[in-house]
Amino acid sequence: MDKKAVVYINQFFGQIGGEEAADHPPEIQEGAVGAAQALAAGFEGKISHTVICGDNFMSSNQEEAVSRILEMLEDIDFDIFFAGPAFQAGRYGNACGAVGKAVKEEFEVPVISSMNEENPGVDIFKKDIYIFPGGRSGAKMQEDAGKMARFGNKILKEEGPFPADEEGFFKRGIRHQYFRPDEKPAAERAVEMLLKKMKGEEYTSELPIPEVDRVEIAPAIKDLSQVKVALVSSGGIVPIDNPDRIQSASATRWGKYSISGMDRLDNRSSQGFKTIHAGYDPAAADDDPNRVVPVDALRKYESEGRIGELHDYFYVTVGTGTTVGEAARMGREIAQDLKDAGVQAVILTST
Amino acid sequence: MANLVPVAKTTGANRIVPTISIPYPLGDPKTPEEEQWKLRYSRVGDALDALETEIEDQKVFQVS
Repeated sequence: MDKKAVVYINQFFGQIGGEEAADHPPEIQEGAVGAAQALAAGFEGKISHTVICGDNFMSSNQEEAVSRILEMLEDIDFDIFFAGPAFQAGRYGNACGAVGKAVKEEFEVPVISSMNEENPGVDIFKKDIYIFPGGRSGAKMQEDAGKMARFGNKILKEEGPFPADEEGFFKRGIRHQYFRPDEKPAAERAVEMLLKKMKGEEYTSELPIPEVDRVEIAPAIKDLSQVKVALVSSGGIVPIDNPDRIQSASATRWGKYSISGMDRLDNRSSQGFKTIHAGYDPAAADDDPNRVVPVDALRKYESEGRIGELHDYFYVTVGTGTTVGEAARMGREIAQDLKDAGVQAVILTST
Repeated sequence: MANLVPVAKTTGANRIVPTISIPYPLGDPKTPEEEQWKLRYSRVGDALDALETEIEDQKVFQVS
């Protein structure tokens, strides 16, 4: 196979030294150095270079280390990037993930790693790169590197998709569109599942619902008349020009829009607000956006002193087709903004 | 505030106040403006009450 790979390993596996060499800055060498040879054994292409960096240098200067490595790779022609295996080594796992993610984004090549399931790098980076479950220590080097190399061969030769269940890497939570070999339409598959369910037989859902992530219950607010309240919605209500280009489905963006001085949200025909949500009939929301984001009612409660004040902005995204991962990220970002603004209570409206 | 209460439950919302529909959670366009306003004012009031209520477990609040 006429394909080239670059490998990232740490100072220990790059044979520079142990803990005493952990501050070693990034460097690049030609060929498969140190543990990269374990990958070379199974990879059908050629390992052209090995990048080596000390784990401490990476963890204490991550941004600088990553950008130095990206610079080193600029003039190198490669088709795939391997990082690790990192086993259960936390700093090394994080390094493999951080470098791998940056390389994938900068050079648009597949990135493959391997980590033990307990390695914190798994949860942080499994959405960004392919990470195979690996052993706890270097004793599993041949096995773990072998898995990475085999999948590397496959991904360079075959068209995807490569379902996580079949290939064995940690689920990335990415949905692919593809044609089933049996061409059986969704309606038939759904009816089959329903019949099995009714008969009490085993069936496998095509849309596994992620496990419920319990949210800690916030204590009650004693006196709302002293509190700043905000409105947040997944109903897609935006200024009519949708300035942040929030997507109508599978959203990855959210917006915050000023309602300062407004008694209510003006509707679409008065050039105010509309919904861009593709998951429900927009007529009622376009006609009166307060039906989804009740600014008018909260203004009334504000004037009556029931709440201290209504926050100057409302926050919004679109909640149809949006993955739990994206929704959680947007939620964290919005929550941080609300905290920074001194908001103490939120009403979330969904459609 | 959600119409799909089972979804709100599985996503882990703790204080849930039901709304009347998906496309118009807080005001049915087929009813007079005044009635829509009354509903919206009342449901948002229920949500404010919910924020002031101490709970032990996830709770779907009664609406007035």
